Amino acid sequence: MLGPADWVIWMLGTLFEAAVVVCALHRKSLRRYFFLNLYMLFSVFVSLGRFQVLLHSGRSSVEYRYFYFYSDALLTIVLYFALISLYLLVFQELHVERYLRMGAVLLLAGTAWFSYAVVSQSSHRMLTHFAFELSQNLYFVGMVLTYVLWGAILKLRETRALLVQLVLSLGVYFSTFAASYAMSNLRPDLFSHITYLFPIVACLLPLSWAYGFWRVAEDARIVPARLAVVPR
Amino acid sequence: MMAGIILVCSVVLFLQFFVFYCRSLIAVSSKQVLSPEVQDVTGISRTASGEDFARVMQLLQLCPERPEDRKSIQAIGAYFSLLNFLRSTIARMVPSMRVWTESERGHCAYFAAVALERRISFSRDMLVQQMDA
Repeated sequence: MLGPADWVIWMLGTLFEAAVVVCALHRKSLRRYFFLNLYMLFSVFVSLGRFQVLLHSGRSSVEYRYFYFYSDALLTIVLYFALISLYLLVFQELHVERYLRMGAVLLLAGTAWFSYAVVSQSSHRMLTHFAFELSQNLYFVGMVLTYVLWGAILKLRETRALLVQLVLSLGVYFSTFAASYAMSNLRPDLFSHITYLFPIVACLLPLSWAYGFWRVAEDARIVPARLAVVPR
Repeated sequence: MMAGIILVCSVVLFLQFFVFYCRSLIAVSSKQVLSPEVQDVTGISRTASGEDFARVMQLLQLCPERPEDRKSIQAIGAYFSLLNFLRSTIARMVPSMRVWTESERGHCAYFAAVALERRISFSRDMLVQQMDA
């Protein structure tokens, strides 16, 4: 049975995801941030699918867990490409798109191979564990790549406020998920307690992106170096 | 061991991204000039101090909520709490940190004042729409 918390989390998450696409459409930023919006659109469909499974089988069911982690692996791959599209925007003027795309595909293949190598040694239900392992590793890779991108933004003196906010909120999202996965690896007994944490954290990214598309003007500028100033 | 390292890295990077994200929200709003009436109500003209934050937040809660700015206000509220924590711990020992936390707290108060301005104009628009209807 679905509790009120399940309803609220599902409803808010799906609404925020749809809101990103609507806000981007309203601001005519859909094409510019195509992969980000594609990810949000996929997320809406996956949310609907998860809801169906949740309704029929419940949150603690094996079916829900299977559906959750398989769909999460797919979504993480799309989010990875959304991150690469932000790289392409930041490095637009350096004309290195070809190398970035090639590097991104190689890194994704390397992560998939590493995940396969890890699960092939220790698992009999390989495909399920592969999906979990791939998601977990991609969150970590995503977090590191976002940090590198933030470094590039500082170095290249990128000033587009919307782009900066999109990258930083993506960093918050990736690092929260990477920490949650690491925590559930360290203490597997905590997994049942943090099942609510994943969908709650998943609401934060669409919310911050929707806010960015809605409130931050395309031509708004900030100086990222000033955001990173800390006292010594 | 590996999971522990990943957890520590993730938490450190999360804190960094969270702080930078909050500061980017503040930076975007800091360019907005407050209207004379909001300056009168809040007592903030150009620069705000951290002490104004609680008062401006109370004023914010008196206005009807706008769904699109709710979470950013909560994020800044969490950032303000983090700054208060730093102010009462590390900043006591590092004077430059104390100056920095004070200035950041002031920026948070200014952000809240800008949000107040938006909520007031939102309420006004709603009132006009109701009167028209």
